[in-house]
Amino acid sequence: MTQLDGIVKPKTKRSKRFLESRAPKLIEDVKNTMIMKGGNTSQIVTTALKDIYSLKKPNALLYFQCSLLVPFQEFFSKKSDCSLFLFGSHNKKRPNNFIFGRMFDFHVLDMFELGIEKFISLSQIKTSKFPEGTKPMLIFAGEIFDTDNDYKRLKSLLIDFFRGPTVPAVRLAGLEHVLHFTTLEGKIYMRSYRCLLKKSGCRTPRIELEEIGPSFDFVMRRTHLASDDLYKLAHRQPKALKPKKKKNISHDVFGTSFGRVHMQKQDLSKLRTRKMKGLRKRKGEVVDEDQEPKVAKVES
Amino acid sequence: MLVFFPAPHVFHCEPTNMAACSVEELLAKAEQEEAEKLKSISVQKELDLEFDVGNLLACDKNRIETRDLREKKRNDFLRALARDNTQLLINEIWKLPTERVEEVIVAKLPEQTTRLPREKPPPKPKPPTKWEQFAKLKGIQKKKKTNLVWDETAKEWRRRWGYKRANDDTKDWLIEVPETADPNEDQFAKRNKAKKERVAKNELNRLRNIARAHKVKTPGEGLLPKAQQSKDELAKAVSVAKTSTASVGRFQDRLPKEKPPKNSGKKRKFEPLIGDFNSEKQKQLELLKIMGSKTPKLDITKAVNTQMREEDREEAAARRRKGAGGKGRKGNTAGRGKGKGPKGKGGKAGGGGGKRRGKPGKH
Repeated sequence: MTQLDGIVKPKTKRSKRFLESRAPKLIEDVKNTMIMKGGNTSQIVTTALKDIYSLKKPNALLYFQCSLLVPFQEFFSKKSDCSLFLFGSHNKKRPNNFIFGRMFDFHVLDMFELGIEKFISLSQIKTSKFPEGTKPMLIFAGEIFDTDNDYKRLKSLLIDFFRGPTVPAVRLAGLEHVLHFTTLEGKIYMRSYRCLLKKSGCRTPRIELEEIGPSFDFVMRRTHLASDDLYKLAHRQPKALKPKKKKNISHDVFGTSFGRVHMQKQDLSKLRTRKMKGLRKRKGEVVDEDQEPKVAKVES
Repeated sequence: MLVFFPAPHVFHCEPTNMAACSVEELLAKAEQEEAEKLKSISVQKELDLEFDVGNLLACDKNRIETRDLREKKRNDFLRALARDNTQLLINEIWKLPTERVEEVIVAKLPEQTTRLPREKPPPKPKPPTKWEQFAKLKGIQKKKKTNLVWDETAKEWRRRWGYKRANDDTKDWLIEVPETADPNEDQFAKRNKAKKERVAKNELNRLRNIARAHKVKTPGEGLLPKAQQSKDELAKAVSVAKTSTASVGRFQDRLPKEKPPKNSGKKRKFEPLIGDFNSEKQKQLELLKIMGSKTPKLDITKAVNTQMREEDREEAAARRRKGAGGKGRKGNTAGRGKGKGPKGKGGKAGGGGGKRRGKPGKH
């Protein structure tokens, strides 16, 4: 690849396709996740990381023996084109530590350190599982998720983390996975259920839930939030994505839509209201009124 | 609160057992109602949930009253809460328009309402290349061309450009020498060279377009973005920045330990056009005299300086040679040589470019 001051220009079609897949796009695809294991991890942390990896397949990459240093993470995220990361570690001061984080332009945007108090893994709950890659339904319960600033950001990060690819339509029978987050007394409970659609009297089914999948009891430890302007910058959408406003259309309170048509000025003297034979202009009539109406015979 | 009731069953009773029928009826009805309650899809909530169906997301803002729950109860409580919330979300999803895609019923999701941060900043529009600018100016549209072209010689369809292209003139096995050309000229080589020149020109233009797109310019005065800047470069950058004010740096305060700049002021000084006529006349006459005289002009100080420099250079070279051999005597010889040098040469002016060596015992 020819290099020009750090800018790489591809020479083959394959490399060009690769670079295009990594370049910034108007509408972005699903974010990839790096799941990293720190230097010292306990059994709980390892199993938990593996469970989340299986939840997030195929958009996740597993790394081992990583460090928490920021340049390390930046390097890895650039290498593998991942913008979400999850780092698990264990030490005496912070046992069973999970750090959820996301990047903007390969720099750290937000980071949340959550401690695992209780963890039940996938293998411990013996029920049938659904195929990986199903888009989960996310439910957040607790008014703290909307009042506290930290929790607001955490909610946004968890949505980003677990939502899966953006799809235009979803198969009704395939809505199987539900992730439920509850905040209670400073703790965050994450439960994962399988959704059974039972017959009810009408079209909408009745839901029965079956616990499946990992269940976590988190406690929020440290946070590293992005500054407000960086956060705003990260949310900036390109102009092309903004919905185009249709002009001359307005809506009523009742939902009736009105349109406005702009006309040119009409010459009202030339306006013909009715088609009556008697009112039709005849040849030679206006020119000479004294003449005999010869034409009258022809018309009849 | 909405409760859905399907059409109730109609029971036919025999007219003889009237009492029994009515009891049966009542029981059946009661059973039915209970079953209905169990299967209901309605959920009673204080505050409505906030839905973002595009993301399959629901947010429940209701207060969670039950506190200090024990383990087992907590799980059940959470499960019940999850069930209620999921039911509401599913109700919302089922309200969406559906369509049938390959024997599967699919609901069309609306736009996402939650704003989430992007992964990378939005792409910047690329500046048009030279050709694109010209085409826009002239109104030239791009014409869609076919991929393959018919090649007469090979009698097959070949690609328009690239490997094994159609009508490749460098691959001709016979070239007629035109009448105007030199008979000894190699026509094949000529064609190859022309192609190489075209390729090189194209590459140059491509790189120029890239450079223009990325706006890679070297700054005239100031710091080039490098990893390590040298002391002089930094000092230069500081002085340039200081003088880039409206009053050209005259009223800029200096830092406590900053020294005044060395080479400031005018670089060249010219005499005024209409000044002292006498001194001008004298200067011109002297110049003419020097030009007219036959003897070469000798500047004594310049000659002495040149001589001294030469001697120093030779001594340094000798020192280096000696230093490679034995390091002990290096200090002595250097001291001696240097001490003697300037004093010894003070009186040796005269005689244009002659080199005199006055070094004892070095041969």
